[in-house]
Amino acid sequence: MSENILTQQFSLENVFKIDEYVKQGGYKAVRKALQEMKPEEILEEVKKANLRGRGGAGFPAGVKWGFVPPVDKPKYLCVNADEGEPGTFKDRYIMSHNPHMLFEGIIITSYCVGIHSAYIYIRGEYESIAQRLEEGISEAYKNGFLGKNILNSGFDLDIIVHRGAGAYICGEETALLESLEGKRGNPRLKPPFPASVGLFQCPTVINNVETISNIPHIILNGAEWFVGQGLAKDGGTRIFGVSGMVEKPGIYELPIGTSLKDIINVHAGGMKKGKKLKAVIPGGMSAPVLKADEIDIKMDFDSLVNAESMLGSAAIIVIDTGTSMLDVLKVITKFYSHESCGQCTPCRIGTSWINKIVNRMVEGKGSKKDIDNIVRLASNILGHTLCPLGDAAAMPILSLTKKYRKELESRL
Amino acid sequence: MSPEFSEKIQKKIKEIVARYPQKEAAILPVLHVAQQEFGYISSEEEKQVAGILGVKPIRVREVVTFYTMLNREPVGKYHVQVCSNLSCSLLGAEKLIDYLKQKLGVEPGKTTKDKKFTLSLVECLGACEQAPCMMVNFEYYGNLDKKKIDKILDDLK
Ligand SMILES: Cc1cc2nc3c(=O)[nH]c(=O)nc-3n(C[C@H](O)[C@H](O)[C@H](O)COP(=O)(O)O)c2cc1C
Ligand code: SF4
Ligand code: FES
Repeated sequence: MSENILTQQFSLENVFKIDEYVKQGGYKAVRKALQEMKPEEILEEVKKANLRGRGGAGFPAGVKWGFVPPVDKPKYLCVNADEGEPGTFKDRYIMSHNPHMLFEGIIITSYCVGIHSAYIYIRGEYESIAQRLEEGISEAYKNGFLGKNILNSGFDLDIIVHRGAGAYICGEETALLESLEGKRGNPRLKPPFPASVGLFQCPTVINNVETISNIPHIILNGAEWFVGQGLAKDGGTRIFGVSGMVEKPGIYELPIGTSLKDIINVHAGGMKKGKKLKAVIPGGMSAPVLKADEIDIKMDFDSLVNAESMLGSAAIIVIDTGTSMLDVLKVITKFYSHESCGQCTPCRIGTSWINKIVNRMVEGKGSKKDIDNIVRLASNILGHTLCPLGDAAAMPILSLTKKYRKELESRL
Repeated sequence: MSPEFSEKIQKKIKEIVARYPQKEAAILPVLHVAQQEFGYISSEEEKQVAGILGVKPIRVREVVTFYTMLNREPVGKYHVQVCSNLSCSLLGAEKLIDYLKQKLGVEPGKTTKDKKFTLSLVECLGACEQAPCMMVNFEYYGNLDKKKIDKILDDLK
């Protein structure tokens, strides 16, 4: 049977404070990791847990940590708390309700990889949450969980909160690094990958807030237990964020592989009264759209890839029959043309042209060739850019124009 | 001419710089402090920040112009930032934006004559479960309708 792992303490009002957190059994995982386990054992356990990244791409966390070379240089951890993918709001809940769970994850991850400075890159709008994190961090220092010689283990760690300032692209891992170094958030060419050349040219691990928050639970309960909560190749639960035309928008922590249909109809209370389902975006706005008859699907990385969509950040946006897909397309194209950093021509010019064409269609001035032109432009972005934002823009646009072409044509 | 950084701010900036192995990394957090103090980043502030961090002013300008939350012009006492992204649009953001334009008498990006309100449209605020939503300065307001907007704005003195 599955249980709530990450959200089980969310109903406890004061668990964001260290006293209450410790009373509830908090920091046991850190004690166990630092006092009873070797870094190699932790890495082995996280690898066995098949914990896949919760930020979007789903890369196995343990494998990523394993790429960090054993060089004699400082190493860094960057926790991605940028939460910019439209539809996504889960990390906000973790950080505001249970910041010490995240800190435990950070401490254990850093101990495992040999890191002594960890940065939490948090979106600028979450100002009050950044404050909460700062307060929690100073509590953790006072209680000996951060700073020098943590729990007499000889291990040192500092955590620094770094606020972004309103740029979606800074959620992309290499743009995040540039931003943290005090530059514009322009993504870097890969390779080299951040694991070898990252922050300040040093080896760097970058993981999402939710990914890191799973670590203390894996350490306490073991990899086998974790895999049992989800699927063999995709362990644990996901915090699904449901928004749009449902009765009960919100977060729902469920086993990986839960059916999308159940998430919408059972957990999120079904469609809002009087509304009928038309389409679902299953993994944040960058994910290709699913039609109403395609939602009988398991929510895990591989099942969604098979359905030509993606699990992404597990943000589910529910669209009703009263909504025009041209309006949806308008919002999507406006977003990407605004957020393109401008480094690659296909992305910069493509997104803004598509946006102009769509706006013209919305005004009723579209022409027969417009949809073909949109498809052509989006196809030219796909696979031809430096960072995945280009693909993230092209994929939803291509799926929408394919699946709802008739409706779009009726607006010409 | 803009005001100089006070001693208190200078101390805060020193603390921030100490958190990073390279001074330049402190540009964004220092700009946040400057904006909190002066409301926006003028070219004078850019120069001051550059001086403190030992970089050329153009480096600071590059950063200021990249990030949408950094204001290069003064904003009103209350910065009303309404989400115009998908989940909020599905639940009627557009109508609320029209209502705000009419109520405040300004277009997005503009400030009211009495300098009290600036209206802006922003991308997803990460609070989609409370759609439609907006942020006034750093306070979030969700599940908005016209009545709620009236109450929120009337309560801001
Ligand atoms: C345009 C773009 C925006 C992204 N935004 C975020 C984000 O806000 N939060 C996040 O965790 N990952 C985001 N990612 C994914 C990161 O690049 C990276 O894969 C992730 O932080 C790795 O952590 P994980 O392996 O734990 O998921 C974004 C990627 C792209 C291409
Ligand atoms: S794909 Fe777009 S966002 Fe990414 S680097 Fe190129 S221009 Fe910038
Ligand atoms: S779409 Fe408005 S807060 Fe996310």
